[in-house]
Amino acid sequence: MIGNLDLALVDWSRAQFALTAVYHWLFVPLTLGLSFIVAIMETLYVRTGNEEWKRITRFWMTLFGINFAIGVATGIILEFEFGTNWSNYSWFVGDIFGAPLAVEGILAFFLESTFVAVMFFGWNKVSRKFHLLSTWLVAIGANLSALWILVANAWMQNPVGMVFNPETARNEMISFWAVLFNDVAVDKFLHTIASGFLLGSMFVLSISAYYLLRKREESFAQRSIVIAGIFGLLSSLLVAYTGDSSARTLSKVQPVKFAAFEALYEGKEEAGLVAFGILKKSEDKIGEKNRRDYALKIEIPGFLSVMTGGDRLAFVPGIDDLILGNPSREIISVQERMERGKVARSLVAQYKEAKVNNETGKAAGISGMFRDKTFSDKYFSNFGYASLGKPEDAIPNVGVSFYSFHLMVYLGFFFILVFSLALYYLFTGTLRTRRWFLWIALCSLLLPYVAGESGWVLAEMGRQPWIIQNLMSLSDAVSQLNPGSVMTTFFMFTILFTVLLIAEVSIMIRQIKIGPEHMN
Amino acid sequence: MNLLISRSIHIFRFYYDGFRNLSWWGRRLWIIIIIKLFIIFIILRIFFFQDFLKKRFASDEEKSEYVREQLINSE
Repeated sequence: MIGNLDLALVDWSRAQFALTAVYHWLFVPLTLGLSFIVAIMETLYVRTGNEEWKRITRFWMTLFGINFAIGVATGIILEFEFGTNWSNYSWFVGDIFGAPLAVEGILAFFLESTFVAVMFFGWNKVSRKFHLLSTWLVAIGANLSALWILVANAWMQNPVGMVFNPETARNEMISFWAVLFNDVAVDKFLHTIASGFLLGSMFVLSISAYYLLRKREESFAQRSIVIAGIFGLLSSLLVAYTGDSSARTLSKVQPVKFAAFEALYEGKEEAGLVAFGILKKSEDKIGEKNRRDYALKIEIPGFLSVMTGGDRLAFVPGIDDLILGNPSREIISVQERMERGKVARSLVAQYKEAKVNNETGKAAGISGMFRDKTFSDKYFSNFGYASLGKPEDAIPNVGVSFYSFHLMVYLGFFFILVFSLALYYLFTGTLRTRRWFLWIALCSLLLPYVAGESGWVLAEMGRQPWIIQNLMSLSDAVSQLNPGSVMTTFFMFTILFTVLLIAEVSIMIRQIKIGPEHMN
Repeated sequence: MNLLISRSIHIFRFYYDGFRNLSWWGRRLWIIIIIKLFIIFIILRIFFFQDFLKKRFASDEEKSEYVREQLINSE
């Protein structure tokens, strides 16, 4: 049935979800980062009593408020899309997705939305300390919101802590802590919020550089750069550290994605890390899919093996090993995984038949098999492979994975350099005269957005064809809708989000041009 | 009871004064927020994003049966 699905339906549903997620992610990281920067600035105001810090806090809080207000609730649309466009998926994930999202809704969003009113309406109405507490609680609440969403996403990348119930056709959570402390969730949360801090810092640095270039509000701008520079440098180092840790985790739980973003086809020991490369289409194929070769490659020898296995002699599997299998390394082929997935699915069919025939003992036996760890590890863990047409369908888009990964990494190093230079020039008293650097800082405003979106492209495109890694493919997950209706809502979203973005940018530009003069 | 009433009035005044004294950008933001929430929760939710399974099946058993069928026949 699903095998006959119109590809256009899957593609339009994916495009719609991607569009919503990309736009949503334009608003979120600035909220995550700027909320903490504002809290730090207000802390300095409360500790020193210096009115200049209050003025600085209020100005950046205004820009935070604009972004917060425009961005709020854009993520709800993603939840609508799960229920409408991806209904099989929504049902199949059961309470695993629901639990973190419910915690997010009750705890984090409540915290955030309650105290944001005190943050904006409470100046001179509540005590300084209570106002400061509210600002910190908004920052913490915003980042806790991100935690629960990222925990849910991490489960899709590495499903753990659940058993499948053939009676309900749903996964049931057996360990909340396994879901929360999933290796991917920990890495993803730290990496994502650190990238938000970095983006917030670059936002403050870029706009402050604009004031310095215009020779306006120089004291205000330099004080802002002290905070943005220190917070930004620490954040960009944390991004690099957690990115490395994240890659190491992926090499274990999503090895095909890992091999794809290095365009590594043949697994090897002493595998090199590609520092720079340009890909070209090869004549060689895996099944019906063309491989990608390097037209140009600059490699750090042995580094990939060290990164993943801690040793130059560690074997890093390539796409060939993971798709075709490599018995000497105990890697099973996708063909074998497809067979195992079919065994798991046939048991679901047998369960249904047993229920129809009132064979309760047989049905209970099958249900028990899905709760058995050995069976689950061998068969249910390959449940999604049953719906693949051919083994090479398990290969993600290597070009997109490779370039999005490398762009993100280059930008990460660039940010470390920019924040380091900003602090160096500031503390040596030469920042105002380095106009070339101020221009670079100003022009870098959008680069953290590019890096963040590249990261999400890698995370989501790199795990194709899965919506839930190894358990459910996109074609299994999609609702059988009319592609025309999905197209209609796609274009509606394009218009809605573009209008919101234009509104945000225009209100922000107006506020930035007005500057912090009237913030007292 | 009196304390509760006075606290409620205090909270109400806090929000009332806050909204009354909104700045230029604050007023525009609230207009945008209200329009946006209307579009998302009224237009999109009601007309375009009805829950696929809820719309077609009355009970959880029927939904389970439907999804199970989809998974069994997807090979």
